[in-house]
Amino acid sequence: MVRIILDWLDHRTGLETAVKDFMLEEIPASSGWPQVFGSMAMFFFMLQAVTGLLLSFNYAPTPGEAYNSLQFIMNELTGGRFIRGLHHWGASMMIVVVALHMAQVFLWGAYKKPREATWMVGVVLLLITLGFGLTGYLLPWDNRAYWGTVVATQIAAKSPGIGDYLTRLLASADGIGVVTFARFYAMHVMLLPAAMVGLMMLHVILVRRHGVAPAPGDTLPKKKFYPGQVFKDTVAIFVGFCILMALAITMHAPLEKLADPTDISYIPRPEWYFLWLFQMLKLFEGPMEVVGTHIIPGLAVGLLMLLPFVDRGKVARLADRKLAFAALLLVATALGGLTTAALNSAPPSAVSHGGETAGAAWQTLPPSELAGLGHFRKQNCLACHAVGAQGGKLGPDLLQLPQKRTIGELVAFFKNPQQLRPGTNMPPVTIPGPQLNDLAAFVVILDAGNAQGLLAAPKTVAEGAVVYQNNRCNMCHIANGNGSKLGPPLNGVGKKRARQWLLEHFVDPQKLSPGSTMPPYRLPEKDLAALTDFLVALP
Amino acid sequence: MSSQTEIQEQSSRRRFYLAGIYGLWALMGAALSLPAAVYLLLPPSVSRKEEWIEVGDIGSLAPGQPEEMTFQRVRKDGWKLITEKATAWVTRVSEKEVVAYTPMCTHLGCAYHWDEKNKHFLCPCHTSAFGLDGKVLMGPAPRALDRYLVKIDGSKLFVGGVKQGDEA
Repeated sequence: MVRIILDWLDHRTGLETAVKDFMLEEIPASSGWPQVFGSMAMFFFMLQAVTGLLLSFNYAPTPGEAYNSLQFIMNELTGGRFIRGLHHWGASMMIVVVALHMAQVFLWGAYKKPREATWMVGVVLLLITLGFGLTGYLLPWDNRAYWGTVVATQIAAKSPGIGDYLTRLLASADGIGVVTFARFYAMHVMLLPAAMVGLMMLHVILVRRHGVAPAPGDTLPKKKFYPGQVFKDTVAIFVGFCILMALAITMHAPLEKLADPTDISYIPRPEWYFLWLFQMLKLFEGPMEVVGTHIIPGLAVGLLMLLPFVDRGKVARLADRKLAFAALLLVATALGGLTTAALNSAPPSAVSHGGETAGAAWQTLPPSELAGLGHFRKQNCLACHAVGAQGGKLGPDLLQLPQKRTIGELVAFFKNPQQLRPGTNMPPVTIPGPQLNDLAAFVVILDAGNAQGLLAAPKTVAEGAVVYQNNRCNMCHIANGNGSKLGPPLNGVGKKRARQWLLEHFVDPQKLSPGSTMPPYRLPEKDLAALTDFLVALP
Repeated sequence: MSSQTEIQEQSSRRRFYLAGIYGLWALMGAALSLPAAVYLLLPPSVSRKEEWIEVGDIGSLAPGQPEEMTFQRVRKDGWKLITEKATAWVTRVSEKEVVAYTPMCTHLGCAYHWDEKNKHFLCPCHTSAFGLDGKVLMGPAPRALDRYLVKIDGSKLFVGGVKQGDEA
């Protein structure tokens, strides 16, 4: 029955015959284990396509959303972390396998006449593979992705002659935004896969056209691709697959914090297979930089491309290709050395700040900053943010922010968090501008040394500082060194005056101190009480 | 070595090759398709627990006169929490009891409305009609209207999860 269906199908489509023809292709008797890497590379590409497709079913390709959907994949979907692991580590596996494939072809001299075109298509396939790595790097939209891509697009922008056009193509003139992201995504899932599939087919057709390169002096009768070589290919693929599985299960694919374009302390590091480039860049400074970024990589690709025309000698036995071995060893040592150097150069830790106000207790805070604490509590910042041991876990720990911000930056961020950090969960802080300034002033001075002392401020005292700021008492009075000397300074007023006196004085200053120019403040009782608490607490 | 044993050896080697090829590919296929199936088919592990949502005031709701009430609810949509408008058809059954129907016909999910003239709920798509008690009066609907779980606090109505209507 199966036979009848297969015959019918083959008669109509030629499918069975085509598969048979492909599998029963004759290959040299000398081929064997060294020739498995091409099949492996194709397998890993197809695996990337499958895992990539699975990821795309639950992935939103826009900044911010990308990060959230990836977290959803990794934390909420069963098997999601594993599938992302396969895709992430699969990329590395593919680089390794492609490198091994090239090294084998190089050592065996399999690029020589008449196989020059096969080799050159292969070099383009290598570049496409690296292109996948480069474009895929941005797609998680975490800090690593963002800053890594900033560097990559900046290097592209410096390309001699075509930098401006590349910048426009990548839409990266004003940094990495939605347009750049869309283009990287389109390249990663449309352009590159299409190019890869097309050229891979061409590559295989060319291999079939010229046949697998035989070892010199191989005069034995040819053998069939199937099953002997297919078996070897399968075993090699299986070994690679097991390594990938082990990586995906044991090593977490990294997902750092949401991309933060304002985080200038972040030190981007490229993926390991670009580390040698990253390290080489350090060797060239100033106007020479282009040597490291463009000229050497460009020459390397050009040389690789033209290799069949540089080395025109006859195909030789492996043992006689001493020069090829030496060249490969040299390249491997250079790449390995640069990579090791890059790995050993640990990034300098982020610039540490703080200390300026270390140990400052809440009592010595200027009214604006203490009022900031009042807003900090009123806005319930600790519901999401941790400050050391206290507070929530939804937002970042305010003592471990990657860098110190200015008050202006913080105010802009409070007003519209989404604008500065697309995708952040932080809601806008909807209080008037001057109050935002105070809140920012408080957050700015907060550090590990003073946090506990500052947060210990009594509730009503901080609220009193808010009342003090809202009524602009500092226009006339000075408190903890801030304000104007028009009216009497307020430090120590609690020792001079009774609480009741202060309360009554707000309502009718002239009654208690005749001749005073202070206007009356008929505030709600609660506000007056808090304001008085604040004044009494001034040292 | 006789050619006989040579052929035997060759065929046993061939069998070994074939077993290796099909076995290893089957193994890899399984190792990939199992996680893929689980990933695509199982629901997300983090689900929101049902909570009571305030729909509105039902103090003026008259018996026999259903009212379409809208309310805001928060729903988890993939990786997002979204706030959306939702609707319930609320009907007073007695002094103490009200029912709240979900606004979708149980046939193919169209939004039905209250037909004042005929005193029943009518779906415009395939003319399914439902009585005040939610039961199917006519048309292709397979079961009575689905209802929200309800809770009344004073004159405020709260709704919770959805309970499917009985099969006709």
